[in-house]
Amino acid sequence: MTMTATLPVTTSAPARRRGNARLYRVLFHVTGLLVALLFLAPIALVLLASFRPPAMAGHGLLSVQGLGFGNYGRLEDFGAGILHYAGNSLFVAVATAILTVVVSVFAGYGFSRFRFPFKSVAFVLILSTIMVPFQSILTPLFLILAKLGLQNTLSGLVLIYVTLQLPFSVFMMRNAFDAVPKEIEEAARIDGVKGLRSLIYVMGPLVFPGIVSVGLFAFLNAWNEFLAALVLLTDQDRYTLPVLVTAVRSGHYGSVDWGAVQAGVTVMMIPCLLLFLALQRYYIRGLTAGAVK
Amino acid sequence: MSVNTPATPGGAPNASLRPLRKPRRDWMGLLYVAPALALVLVFFLVPLGMTAWMSLHNWPLIGVPRWIGFANYRALWNDINFWNALAFTIRYTIAATIGLMLVGFALALLVEKPRPFAGFYRTAFFLPVVIGFASASLLWSWLSNVDSGLFSPLAEALGLTDGRLNLLATFAPAFWSVTAMVIWKMAGFYMVILMSGLHSIPADFTEAARIDGASALQRFRFITLPLVRRPFALALILCVSGSMLAFDQFYIILAGGPQNKTITAVYWIFSQSFVSFRLGYGAALSMVLLAILVVLSVIQLRLLGDKETAR
Repeated sequence: MTMTATLPVTTSAPARRRGNARLYRVLFHVTGLLVALLFLAPIALVLLASFRPPAMAGHGLLSVQGLGFGNYGRLEDFGAGILHYAGNSLFVAVATAILTVVVSVFAGYGFSRFRFPFKSVAFVLILSTIMVPFQSILTPLFLILAKLGLQNTLSGLVLIYVTLQLPFSVFMMRNAFDAVPKEIEEAARIDGVKGLRSLIYVMGPLVFPGIVSVGLFAFLNAWNEFLAALVLLTDQDRYTLPVLVTAVRSGHYGSVDWGAVQAGVTVMMIPCLLLFLALQRYYIRGLTAGAVK
Repeated sequence: MSVNTPATPGGAPNASLRPLRKPRRDWMGLLYVAPALALVLVFFLVPLGMTAWMSLHNWPLIGVPRWIGFANYRALWNDINFWNALAFTIRYTIAATIGLMLVGFALALLVEKPRPFAGFYRTAFFLPVVIGFASASLLWSWLSNVDSGLFSPLAEALGLTDGRLNLLATFAPAFWSVTAMVIWKMAGFYMVILMSGLHSIPADFTEAARIDGASALQRFRFITLPLVRRPFALALILCVSGSMLAFDQFYIILAGGPQNKTITAVYWIFSQSFVSFRLGYGAALSMVLLAILVVLSVIQLRLLGDKETAR
């Protein structure tokens, strides 16, 4: 009798706690799902809208009637064609990524493994460029590119993008090389692998995660950059995607072809989303490297 | 070489080799960092010096620059458009910073603990960060469009407005629409930075406080908040300096309108330098903006009392 009376008392507290935990879990997932929906909705809506023919544009944002590639087709008729501009963007982004990786791997290796005069001054100089926004030196950059015969060229834009990536990339690679024990390099040298070969074949694989982060950031930033491309590229054939789609948005004679804009936004967006989803780990590592250190 | 080295296990022969090798290695190090230094020299130091030099000239796009001393700075002092642009930029910076910090921190607290699906939510919140500012702005200019967009028809359907309200036609809704876009696009970024701060709090701290009987609110106030100060300082500096340099979203979505009320500082520099081609005057404006940003960063570092984050 006493047993049965005390039994509910002893079980009720954990039961209540379990009930609370379940309530928290439900609340957490409801909030999470709603907020996730809010964050994903604009991306999903523009993706869907980019396939919707202009005739159906008034039929609501979720209508799926007559979806097709018409908007993309009209974008191909704009200027030199969307594929041409996507090629420009791809060239700029890939060249920036490759050059940034090469320059920052060398610099990171140099700063991590060698002693040379003015080493700390040079390192601080490279990092301090982050303090000065490139927006404020755009005019001279314009004139310098002209002096170098690189005005209105994609290569000139690439050199500027690489410079913008350097503070983050050199810092990242210096830390990556610092994390590799010196003994590994010593062992390679004893085996006769030295200099550049040691850097590429011995150190390269060990700092590979850092290389991926650096390359990924360089690619995405170059792919998405707008102001420098707007200012430095004056010839419409040289436009990168952000500048082109902004021109499409400006419209002809006051009417805007929103279908073409949506298709353009999608073309710009998809590579970024896929790259991020595939290499998320490296992206987040690169992002938090600065915050934790 | 390779024959010799294995035969010298001790430190003595090695030490005698080192002075011979050292001068060469000195130059090697410089050689490795030379490309980076060359880029910084040509595309950063020289342009920085040129900005200062150009700001003292009347510098047209075509023709001979003429030395005019500090006349550009005097003109700037009386340039009401510039001060309006600066005031607007500061207003936007305050709104965006408060919004981003609050939303970013709330998101970080929501998904900080490893729960099932927390990773999925994090990824979902973060996705807008990786699409560029230009893409996001173009996307938003469609969503804010009065006829074919989302917000105006939605507000009408929900009965919030009588008829279609053109969001981009008057200042307040246009301003808040752009600010909402920036929060949507960037909140995930600050979530990750603040989350890395939350993760660096040792679990025993909170555990010990819990055992001592601290409530969830007290643990948040006295343990979490003080310990996330460093990443918070970093997030704040990134957010303020990023917002002070805002350009893409106001150029693409609003083109500075309505009534030129949403022209930011960078936008004004852009239009003076590359629309009116007053390059010298644009350089003077750039120098002032640069000085303001450096002062702001220093103030923030001081206020948050952490020299380390200066990096």
